Amino acid sequence: MYTILTIAKRELATFFDSLIAYIILGLFLGFSGFFTWLYGNDIFMVGQANLRVFFNIASWSLFFFIPAITMKMLAEERKTGTLELLLTKSVSDRQLILGKFLGSVLLVCIALLATLPYVLTVASIGNLDNGGTLCGYLGLFLLSIAYTAIGIFASSITTNQIVAFMTALFIGLFFQIIFGVLAQNLTGNMGYFFDTLDLQSHFESISRGVIDSKDLVYFLSITVLGLYLGEWSLSKRHIS
Amino acid sequence: MDVQIEKLTKTYGPQTAVNNISFDVKTGEVLGFLGPNGAGKSTTMKMITGFIGIEKGDIRIGGKSVTDTNGDFKQHIGYLPENNPLYLDMPIMDYLEFCASLQGVEKAKINSRIREMIGVCGLDREKHKKIGELSKGYRQRVGLAQAMIHDPEILVLDEPTTGLDPNQIIEIRKLIRDLGKEKTVILSTHILPEVEATCDRILIINRGNIVADGTPETLRKQAQGNEVLKLQIEDGDTGNILESLNALDTVATAAIIGQEENLFEVQSMADTSSRRKIFDLCVEKKWVLTQLTPLETKLEDIFRNLTLN
Repeated sequence: MYTILTIAKRELATFFDSLIAYIILGLFLGFSGFFTWLYGNDIFMVGQANLRVFFNIASWSLFFFIPAITMKMLAEERKTGTLELLLTKSVSDRQLILGKFLGSVLLVCIALLATLPYVLTVASIGNLDNGGTLCGYLGLFLLSIAYTAIGIFASSITTNQIVAFMTALFIGLFFQIIFGVLAQNLTGNMGYFFDTLDLQSHFESISRGVIDSKDLVYFLSITVLGLYLGEWSLSKRHIS
Repeated sequence: MDVQIEKLTKTYGPQTAVNNISFDVKTGEVLGFLGPNGAGKSTTMKMITGFIGIEKGDIRIGGKSVTDTNGDFKQHIGYLPENNPLYLDMPIMDYLEFCASLQGVEKAKINSRIREMIGVCGLDREKHKKIGELSKGYRQRVGLAQAMIHDPEILVLDEPTTGLDPNQIIEIRKLIRDLGKEKTVILSTHILPEVEATCDRILIINRGNIVADGTPETLRKQAQGNEVLKLQIEDGDTGNILESLNALDTVATAAIIGQEENLFEVQSMADTSSRRKIFDLCVEKKWVLTQLTPLETKLEDIFRNLTLN
């Protein structure tokens, strides 16, 4: 556990040392802030003191920004050879993957914490549903860990950061849109099947304030699967 | 802590990188790992340090097979990979701290270890810089510092002195020698004088096979075979001297290598020495023997003979 924390700490420190963190935080807040407060079907059009609009927008901005955070995680280590340095220290493949995962998730959590002024603002306007807001943040957190795990896996299969970014987006796209569209267009068991795979429907049901074990299992499964595949892809070096 | 390598084999597709090699390295021994590019040196080192898996055979570290333990053996190894990969965006101190905590150095000791390594590796003036700002030689020192930060019992160094200036090379070689008294050191290099200066034992590997194993002296003896002498004789006729040399019963061949200076090269018969006979001959004929040098086979020649085929 100590090893995992050490790796996560270094990741976070590197983010903040190298401006990446500030750029990503700035873009995330700018993007979700713009669409939440200023543009289109914004928070004032709803006529209710809730943050649904924000949660919806944030789910999209996280979908784009998490691959940007995770893309360098393992791809760069592989490219510069520091992967060899790390894995010949007392660090197992799993500890490395979990450390990288934790580092990325912490950065996302910092981004989410930075949106707390939104909550305070809306709460000062009207009677905010605290439970619903908490559930919304829980939904964003679960969505984040799922996309982070996918991003870590995408980063583990290549030495090129751009390839890692595109791969993560491509895989994410299925969960974000394609399964949902398929679920709408198909009926019967197939429709049900794709509806189960659709990330948006699980996210919406949580952010609506319903914490169902089905949704928790869904997000945690993607996370575990992504991290497991990442570990597997690292361990392939032993047999090649 | 001893390292035992038993029948180690590794193939990359159709190519055999390491072919059934076995050797032991004992505590207090510095083993020089020599071989041309692509001979399998780095592959062997990567297997010893646990970066890549073992295909066939076994590696025992301190008597325990690396496949039995769940990576615990890595704590006892300090490794400097080839090309010395580093996090260029990290300051030296932070980087060493990171390495120390990954290697399980106690929190209370981390600072004193870092200070010690910075002293040993001569990083004092640069210690607050980022690694990316350092020149190649200084990066190499950081690489050495991270390998030794947890005071490992086994050091695996892949070309440790590349990029260092001559003074630093001498210091690092001395450091390796000193470390080698108590620890087990395996180092690979292309620089042959370096092996002679630092290693107790040499292992030459070619195309995945061990082709020579022994101290520099024994390797030389094996490769040399018969005694070869270079001599210079004054106050005599060249042809006359050559004739007399050839007439000696221990001399296999004698040849003129410098007509004007009266320089000769004399090869003795197997297991004999002609030195005394030549001296006696000169005394008898009243020639003046101004030079008598045994020609040693250089490590370079041994290396070339064993690896060029």
